[in-house]
Amino acid sequence: MAQPTTRKDWSSDQEVRWCPGCGDYGILAAIQSLMPELGVKRANTVFVSGIGCSSRFPYYMATYGMHSIHGRAPAVATGVAVSRPDLDVWVITGDGDGLSIGGNHLLHTLRRNVNLTIILFNNQIYGLTKGQYSPTSEVGKVTKSTPFGSVDHPYNPISLALGAEATFVARTHDVDRKHMIETFRRAHDHRGAAFVEVFQNCNVFNDGAFEQILARDKRPNMLIPLHHGQPIRFGADGELGVVAEPDGTLAIARVDDVGTERVLVHDESRDDPGLAFALSRLARGPYEPTPIGVFRAVERPDYGTEVNRQLLAASERRGPADLGALLRSGTTWTVG
Amino acid sequence: MTDTEPALIREEPARRALDSVVIRFAGDSGDGMQLTGDRFTQSSAVFGNELATLPDFPAEIRAPAGTLAGVSAFQVNISDHRVLTPGDAPDVLVAMNPAALRSNLADLRRAGTVVLNSDAFGERDLAKAGYAADPRHDGSLDGWTVYEIPMTSLTVRAVAPTGAKPRDAERSKNFFALGVISWLYDRPPDTILDWIESRFASRETVLEANRLAFRAGWNFGETAEIFESGYEVRAADLVPGEYTNISGNTAMAWGLIAAGQRSGLPIFLGAYPITPATDILHELSKHKHFGVRTMQAEDEIAGVCAAIGAAFSGHLGVTTTSGPGIDLKSEALGLAVSLELPLLVLDIQRGGPSTGLPTKTEQSDLLSAMYGRHGEAPIPIVAPRTPSHCFTMVIEAVRIALKYRTPVFLLSDGYLANGTEPWLLPDVERLPDIGVAFADGPNHGSEFWPYLRDPETLARPWAIPGTPGLEHRIGGIEKEDGTGNISYDPANHDTMTRLRAAKVAGIAKDIPLTEVDDQDGAEVLVLGWGSTYGSIAAAVQRVRARGLAVAQAHLTHLNPFPPDLGAVLRRYPKVIVPEMNLGHLSRMIRAEYLVDARALTKVAGQPFRAAEIEDAIVEAIR
Ligand code: SF4
Repeated sequence: MAQPTTRKDWSSDQEVRWCPGCGDYGILAAIQSLMPELGVKRANTVFVSGIGCSSRFPYYMATYGMHSIHGRAPAVATGVAVSRPDLDVWVITGDGDGLSIGGNHLLHTLRRNVNLTIILFNNQIYGLTKGQYSPTSEVGKVTKSTPFGSVDHPYNPISLALGAEATFVARTHDVDRKHMIETFRRAHDHRGAAFVEVFQNCNVFNDGAFEQILARDKRPNMLIPLHHGQPIRFGADGELGVVAEPDGTLAIARVDDVGTERVLVHDESRDDPGLAFALSRLARGPYEPTPIGVFRAVERPDYGTEVNRQLLAASERRGPADLGALLRSGTTWTVG
Repeated sequence: MTDTEPALIREEPARRALDSVVIRFAGDSGDGMQLTGDRFTQSSAVFGNELATLPDFPAEIRAPAGTLAGVSAFQVNISDHRVLTPGDAPDVLVAMNPAALRSNLADLRRAGTVVLNSDAFGERDLAKAGYAADPRHDGSLDGWTVYEIPMTSLTVRAVAPTGAKPRDAERSKNFFALGVISWLYDRPPDTILDWIESRFASRETVLEANRLAFRAGWNFGETAEIFESGYEVRAADLVPGEYTNISGNTAMAWGLIAAGQRSGLPIFLGAYPITPATDILHELSKHKHFGVRTMQAEDEIAGVCAAIGAAFSGHLGVTTTSGPGIDLKSEALGLAVSLELPLLVLDIQRGGPSTGLPTKTEQSDLLSAMYGRHGEAPIPIVAPRTPSHCFTMVIEAVRIALKYRTPVFLLSDGYLANGTEPWLLPDVERLPDIGVAFADGPNHGSEFWPYLRDPETLARPWAIPGTPGLEHRIGGIEKEDGTGNISYDPANHDTMTRLRAAKVAGIAKDIPLTEVDDQDGAEVLVLGWGSTYGSIAAAVQRVRARGLAVAQAHLTHLNPFPPDLGAVLRRYPKVIVPEMNLGHLSRMIRAEYLVDARALTKVAGQPFRAAEIEDAIVEAIR
């Protein structure tokens, strides 16, 4: 167990340079506050990011860190995690970085189940390049690159992660510090690839993108908290619930109308990601009641452990490495 | 031995001595020509010949049988003296079908020998090869000595005792051909028979069929009396010691393992399958007990990025690639330049642009390795010159990468990768010690500055995660000199750009001087790099044998160049640079030294013939 630390110990001496009011500050504060509680060492912690506003994150942590190139953080972090299973490796990415230019790496990192804690800041916009629509922007988004509105369909990061059979998939948002901390803690403690989408407000280029669900007065009716083993209910008095329709889709109903026994009990440990996927499809965007919390948390061997297990097994089977013997492993002959 | 197996007939026939012979085995992709050539090579190596090989196979895995597109060939030059190339023109062509004959005949030496499988010359076979008439009867083969052997039917008959169906039995015909040629050149049959035994140990019928076919081929040579005599190529006068026959890609993989051992670092290979580099991934994957981690990444970019992540974590990060893979890795290589981390890029060059010629050799990535990144992003470059030299040069590349904390390019190519040569095994204890120390404490008062450089090498400290007190953040944004903090200061960027350039340029002090094979009165210097070594050296020998003077130098370090190279070049009025591109090294030489270096270029997917270079040298001399 590491020496006790404080939030300050985890904060680097670099000035934080996001726009005033940016949701990123809240996420940074949540992670810096969480770190001392995790019982881990700064020296053994690595933050890897790509490019984008969110990707400045590693500079603000007093840990090892790398601000890599656009979209490639999951690949870089895979190299770190596989070569050094003793390290605690975090990936900080955004909707452009992780889902557009780096979409391929994210998918494969999740499928491989690399032992990483991946935090995706979703603000539904490109911030660093000053406001173009992103792969999570709603259709019709008017930006500088789409003055007549965007015409391409966005994807849903949670559905995507579940489709890749990620072993841990969760969603949180930048206005609820407590929920963020608890979600990040769960993600960190998960062995394997943990994926967390954070709804993050870009107050400069996409202010209020999540207002319809995150405004204080909206939250009770617009956020559907997921708790393992509990019926999925929301509303000021829990009057609403998620029910399974005969066709397999999920729907929202008044609990009084359908009866408590029909309300779906959330089971994040279901091996089949199908139901979690259906949950991720409940809202078509952040203007309909949206589930937050842990969608899926299952056990599966992680890539780095398996790779290193093969190394150990090979050493046991073949004994100490003998270079001379390797060079003689083909047919050899002697002259003179 | 069972009753069904005839003994090998081993009379001592009168054999004619040859000092060398070049044989090309050619057939359909499915005929097993690579295996046949490889086995012939192996038995020649064990016999003690000097040799060099040139496999040449199509990019398609299964091109339509019997067509020109599906022809696969393997050329080997065996000799009783030093061999530098697989030979300009084969003396003997073994053609398993008309397509093999048609696509290879033009290369055959005049008055050379054709051994063909006459069972494969039916009307349909001829049509598939695009022959309007049977070349055996229309004068096409005039001027060559032709031996027609019904290999398919003789094989089927020989293999009958195994009970194999004719279709399966036929498949052993490459071993029949191998038997014939082994007899003809007096190869020790036991090497091949032993190999068949172990290779097919788990498949009884196949083992038996191949053994029977080989013996039948051998005995056919002995008894059929179609050959006037057999030949012998005596053992070469090799430096005493223990040898193995090695390809460039295997030498590369083993060299990496050696570099890992000699640096004390675990190896991390991030790679995406791509011809002709993939065999390095295959080979390394087998040797996990040497602390080798291999990751088959989702793409070329992930391969190099994961290697960068591993390098950041204190491993020897390596990525292997070819062709388009180099383009894809460019951005990550810029990152590695900026992070100043050790990283190895093994580029097994192939024909380009785009998909180009995946299975054919070319040296056209030099300028890309040199300049193919945005911004000022210098990367050291080294290049091996023969297959076994890959072992030496990959260790050298790792040495530079580790000592100077820089990505290093190693440029091999398809010819080196797949070609083989006998290799005098090095004493592993005497391989260079290339270990480096990780940073273990503050370097600036009580602080740790990740970009505080070693004044000698200009390398920055390598501080790996897990080291308390040295936590630091690095990235692709310009960094402040010393602290490594983000800096947009223009003057600092100027300083850092020049420091990165000076660091790479400074490696010149730490590499061997140019090795010149000079000759009194030479006015022409032939300057090469990489796999053209053999062809150039052979050409130089021939020129000298004609009584003319010529000098040769072959570069193993291309960035930076050896410090004396400018002086060497200026000693010769004429400089010729043979290269398998449209003039990469020659451009670099002209730009760097203002020397009128003339490129001799070839991009035909095949190495230079010594004669091509010989002609150019002679012309330059006159
Ligand atoms: S542009 Fe938007 S996301 Fe970027 S720092 Fe500013 S507010 Fe935050």
